[in-house]
Amino acid sequence: MATILPPPSKKQKTADIKRAQEQQDIDYIPDNLGNVRIQFHDAATGAVTGPPVSVPVSDATTKNIELILNTLLGNDKSERLPYRFALRLGNKADEKNVLDITSDIYRLVLKTGLKTTEDVLGLEYTPQAVFRVRAVSRCSASISGHGEAILATQFSPRSSSRMVSGSGDSTARIWDCDTGTPMHTLKGHTSWVLAVSWSPDDMIIATGSMDNTVRLWEAKSGKPLGNQMKGHTKWITALAWEPYHLQTVGNPRLASASKDATVRIWDVTLRKIDATLSGHKGSVSCVKWGGTGCIYTASQDKTVKIWNAKDGTLVHTLNAHAHWVNHLALSTDFVLRTGYFDHTGQVPEPAEAKVKKAKERFEKAATVGGDIVERLVTASDDFTMYLWEPQKSTKPLSRMVGHQKQVNHVSFSPDGLYIASASFDNHVKLWNARDGKFIHTLRGHVAPVYQCAFAADSRLLVSSSKDTTLKVWDVRTGKLHTDLPGHKDEVYAVDWSPDGKTVGSGGKDKAVRLWKH
Amino acid sequence: MPQNEYVERWQKQNGKRYDYEERKRKRLAREGHKQSQDAQKLTGLRAKLYQKKRRAEKIQMKKQIRTHEQRNVKSSEPNQPSATPIPQYLLDRSQASHAKALSSAIKNKRAEKAAKFSVPLPKVRGIAEDEMFKVVKTGKKTAKKGWKRMITKPTFGRSLVDPMLSILHFPSNLRPPVGNDFTRRPVKYERFIRPMGLRYKKANVTHPELGVTVQLPIISVKKNPQNPMYTQLGVLTKGTIIEVNVSELGLVTAGGKIVWGRWAQITNNCENDGCINAVLLV
Repeated sequence: MATILPPPSKKQKTADIKRAQEQQDIDYIPDNLGNVRIQFHDAATGAVTGPPVSVPVSDATTKNIELILNTLLGNDKSERLPYRFALRLGNKADEKNVLDITSDIYRLVLKTGLKTTEDVLGLEYTPQAVFRVRAVSRCSASISGHGEAILATQFSPRSSSRMVSGSGDSTARIWDCDTGTPMHTLKGHTSWVLAVSWSPDDMIIATGSMDNTVRLWEAKSGKPLGNQMKGHTKWITALAWEPYHLQTVGNPRLASASKDATVRIWDVTLRKIDATLSGHKGSVSCVKWGGTGCIYTASQDKTVKIWNAKDGTLVHTLNAHAHWVNHLALSTDFVLRTGYFDHTGQVPEPAEAKVKKAKERFEKAATVGGDIVERLVTASDDFTMYLWEPQKSTKPLSRMVGHQKQVNHVSFSPDGLYIASASFDNHVKLWNARDGKFIHTLRGHVAPVYQCAFAADSRLLVSSSKDTTLKVWDVRTGKLHTDLPGHKDEVYAVDWSPDGKTVGSGGKDKAVRLWKH
Repeated sequence: MPQNEYVERWQKQNGKRYDYEERKRKRLAREGHKQSQDAQKLTGLRAKLYQKKRRAEKIQMKKQIRTHEQRNVKSSEPNQPSATPIPQYLLDRSQASHAKALSSAIKNKRAEKAAKFSVPLPKVRGIAEDEMFKVVKTGKKTAKKGWKRMITKPTFGRSLVDPMLSILHFPSNLRPPVGNDFTRRPVKYERFIRPMGLRYKKANVTHPELGVTVQLPIISVKKNPQNPMYTQLGVLTKGTIIEVNVSELGLVTAGGKIVWGRWAQITNNCENDGCINAVLLV
């Protein structure tokens, strides 16, 4: 059952007719324009790569430029990388003046008169994911087991074969996604399990519940790690693990946000409260632990606060929103969640090597223009989102407007280039993470969109909605890729596994569904 | 000054008796004695009236005590904001739509054909034509012929067919009712008159399993069990199947599309009640 697109508006129809009547000038590149000189820069470090290269204008397409760059960098024929190119028009500090080169240089740069063939074009390149996630297209398993609605799901950082789901029947369950069977039932909570979180080293699962407690479980065996951790006086809304490269080895910490307006940091081995971050005046709706040693919290008191994770002191308060802040996302969310696990599946052995690899991965993902930058996007009930760079300034980089109802969920793409926002106005919107510019509206859902998740290669996006469907979107074109009906009721939670093989979803119809290619 | 407020006026002019407060206190203090004496001594009708009043008072008192007790109880269980589990991001949102958000889990049960005509009201009282129609005899010629009919039951106030088309394609006696946006042709061309005062566009529709009632616009009359002609005329009687617009309830199909029209059956005698109550067929 495909989603039928709305009929074209009058404006679109007249535009179509006009286009049909007028003669189109054919897209071809004249071959008498001579050469254009290109100087490559690494976007992450800003370093110059190789000498300026002279390319005939007629051949200056992204495909060919990619080939030249691969040769310049000495990449083997077998290990050629896809690159994304951007042309810097202004000076270095100006973030806004960057043009994405998506097709060819003639049409984008020379024809529009931005530069001439006399200039040397400084092209910044960013490597794209070398692997490609295939779009999920079928429901491989619908597993019943939970007695009530499923409220949260998360995949293991190691692979797509394990997933945990928290439910209204006050249990969490671990599923074996390869066979589509239940593995363990995590019993202990006395009320709904609202938040589940897998530690970045794949060893421990934390669950937060309506009964005001946090519980820890061994991920392998599903056995409880000690008793409940009491402290909060209202239900738990979100959980965040300390990034692996910041942990003292064998002594991870966990942050839990609660309706009681506090965030508590738990010492997982001693099972006691390390610090209590109190300062919010309303329910804390989201907590994220950044890779630079900061904890970010969003609250219903309209503020976002940044805390020092070491001693639990308040660093900044970001005031800009005019209503509840519902969710926040970091540009480094994906690497922080996966720690030292990457797409190759190789795990370094001693603990020091693991920390080193996790740190390397984090720095690689966070480095923009030579320094480590962690960006933050916050979604709010005032229908807007703000993009922040808290290390530099407490003023927002940009305000993202366009949604017509509350924005419920935001997420950064794993490569940190896109932001997707899910809203109650039935739309998902895509934004440029560099400057917060609007890119696409993903239309198709007929009811509020609850959550969205990027694939590991940032080329696809899946969104879950009240209208009982999941939809897979192509990020580049902004078109619907696949419609995934199957759930019998609202889909509350969705997650795309870090290796991209599986999408897991759960909702009001009590069944966990796994979607594969 | 309103009548009967002579005491108040007297008090305004002359002030209260010097022992007013004292007497009032004493009377209140003896209230219990007075009540017990009444309860024991009164006989006959006065006793009945007294006991009735006393019973009502006691019920009120007990209710009040119970609410006070509940206020003092501290429950250890966290009070869940809703009976059904909902995710964290929906917890603090007002559930205003709760009554309207009829669960889409209960739906599409009528897909199989056998169940399609098992309706809540399987049998209805037959309505003869002379009850349904009043013969209109006005004017010189119509009085002679007497072919004009006025419908005495409520009708649906919208045409299903384009008026011009209906004129072209239907014989005049079977023509569907016209819409209210239609300029009427001369009255002598219309055989059936549907009085404006008995036209309805909305129905109070109950969802049988959730027990929620919402007022919804009627889309069309699907079947009047009395007579196929009544269906065409849009007559609304008890047992009539109507199609209602449920789009504002936000029901969706399994494929993720919004359900627009849904059938319902009228459950009341609308000509007596002045409103249309219906039950959704799920």
